[in-house]
Amino acid sequence: MKRKSRKVRLDVLKRIYGFLIYLFLFLPIIVIVVNSFNATTSKPYLSWKGFSFIWYTKIWENTELLSAFGNTMLIALITTAAATVIGSLGAIGMYRYNFHGKKTIDALLYIPVVIPEIVLGISLLTLFTKTNIPRGLLSLILAHVTFCIPYVIFNVRARLSGYDNSIEEASMDLGANRFQTFTQITLPVLLPGISGGALLAFTLSIDDVIVSYFTNGQTKTYPLKVMESIKSGVSPDVNVLSTVILVGTIALVVLTQTDILRKRKAA
Amino acid sequence: MEINQNAVLPVTGSGTKIHAVSRHKWKSNTLPALITVGPVTLWLAFFVAVPLVYVAVMSFCSIDSYYNVVFKFTLDNYARLLDINYVKIYGQSFLIAFASTAISILLAYPFSYLIARTKSHKKMLYYILVIIPFWTNSLIRIYGWRTFLGKYGWLNSALMALHLIQKPADFLYNRGTTILGMVYCLFPFMVLPLYTSIEKLDENLLEASADLGARKLPTLFHVILPLTAGGIFSGCIMVFIPTLGYFFVSDILGGGNADVIGNLIERQFQSGNNWPLGSALSIILIVITLVLVKTYQKCGGSMENFGA
Repeated sequence: MKRKSRKVRLDVLKRIYGFLIYLFLFLPIIVIVVNSFNATTSKPYLSWKGFSFIWYTKIWENTELLSAFGNTMLIALITTAAATVIGSLGAIGMYRYNFHGKKTIDALLYIPVVIPEIVLGISLLTLFTKTNIPRGLLSLILAHVTFCIPYVIFNVRARLSGYDNSIEEASMDLGANRFQTFTQITLPVLLPGISGGALLAFTLSIDDVIVSYFTNGQTKTYPLKVMESIKSGVSPDVNVLSTVILVGTIALVVLTQTDILRKRKAA
Repeated sequence: MEINQNAVLPVTGSGTKIHAVSRHKWKSNTLPALITVGPVTLWLAFFVAVPLVYVAVMSFCSIDSYYNVVFKFTLDNYARLLDINYVKIYGQSFLIAFASTAISILLAYPFSYLIARTKSHKKMLYYILVIIPFWTNSLIRIYGWRTFLGKYGWLNSALMALHLIQKPADFLYNRGTTILGMVYCLFPFMVLPLYTSIEKLDENLLEASADLGARKLPTLFHVILPLTAGGIFSGCIMVFIPTLGYFFVSDILGGGNADVIGNLIERQFQSGNNWPLGSALSIILIVITLVLVKTYQKCGGSMENFGA
């Protein structure tokens, strides 16, 4: 009896602890979402003037913010495509073939992951300046692809570690050529790793602040626009856009991942 | 491999046969290896290795009176690193990094344990709930904290409504709020490796420890913590290193009172415009990263933990 009540007490403690951590994680987001409904129209937009949708209608007037958001999406899409192709091919090649310098490539892969982002940012800035690569969309994409490639490789590599080479041999024995084997056997098997890597690359790209800060030139991405506006007081339409993005991502994940969740449940 | 294949060939045979085989090898091995590994190798060489070497070179360069980089060897930049004002910032930066890492691990370990040991189908949900906040841009979330803690923020309003304070308190712009922001930004990087290592923990070992008479605390210190040490170490690296560079967190929440090494570098590449000095400052971060990662590897840590 005494033991049971102790167990219940411990259970309650665990729940409270978990709740407090989640509160910590979600608190600023709650602030952002609530403030996106703030009716205030005077700087610095901090005091609560009542509930309203006014900023949801005004968001279309802030063309600078919207074009920055457009840049972010464009950069993220191109980055994801490039990093996914380069990274997946690299992961497959490094898994399958032995060659000189493989260890060096492996070590280079970890640099963008462990080094502080600011070092990557300034080193790319010096490179772009020295080689006269214009700072703007192009330099941003080159920089983003650089820090996304390793994550794609790690994701695909994780999938490869359980990969059975003999299915490819079987495919070739049955008369398929190298290209057919690659598109019809190798790719489908690796697809979960590749799409996981692509999703991660996309997220890293749209969220990047530091590397973009040094490599953007005059081009503004959405995070950089936010950084700029923080100095003058963030208007609630930034909160509106963040809220919309958040709801959009959650919807996307719920729609695409429900079967994964369900499978996990069954397992 | 290569030698073996060639060794079984009849050497006395016609040259065309050898030629055909080596062409086959080119098509079946060298060419696909080049196509797959070539692009990533070139990319990493040009956009990771070359820029870092260039930064190292630049740290020994001088500037002219227009702040242009001139390739004239000097150790001045490194001498300037010892400026007492800079040394104070390094100290502060390390303090912030240590505190952020310690707080992260204290908060994240029990939390990761709870999620990793959840038996029900809610486990996946708990895990995803840790990730969801990170779909909102980190700058915006840091700004959310500033709004919450600000003079007219929710916290002050709540405390005043409860008559706990008479006038708004200054929560912002100090080391404490900067540490809060760092912990907040990097929390999942602590949770994920911990979660992975705790989930791998064999439950039978815990039972065995209990069966052999060990109480909860000895089991924790002699079984659970040593077995999850890899996750703890990689989590610490993933929090400690970025903390030294996250200049925007100390900008927004520290308001200039809690600068980290990243702020020093940022200033030299923006307003200060002394790139060689900024490069020398970056070398500090590169060296710290190398030392920590090498130590981690020496202790038997796997690099794969960082990619998870």
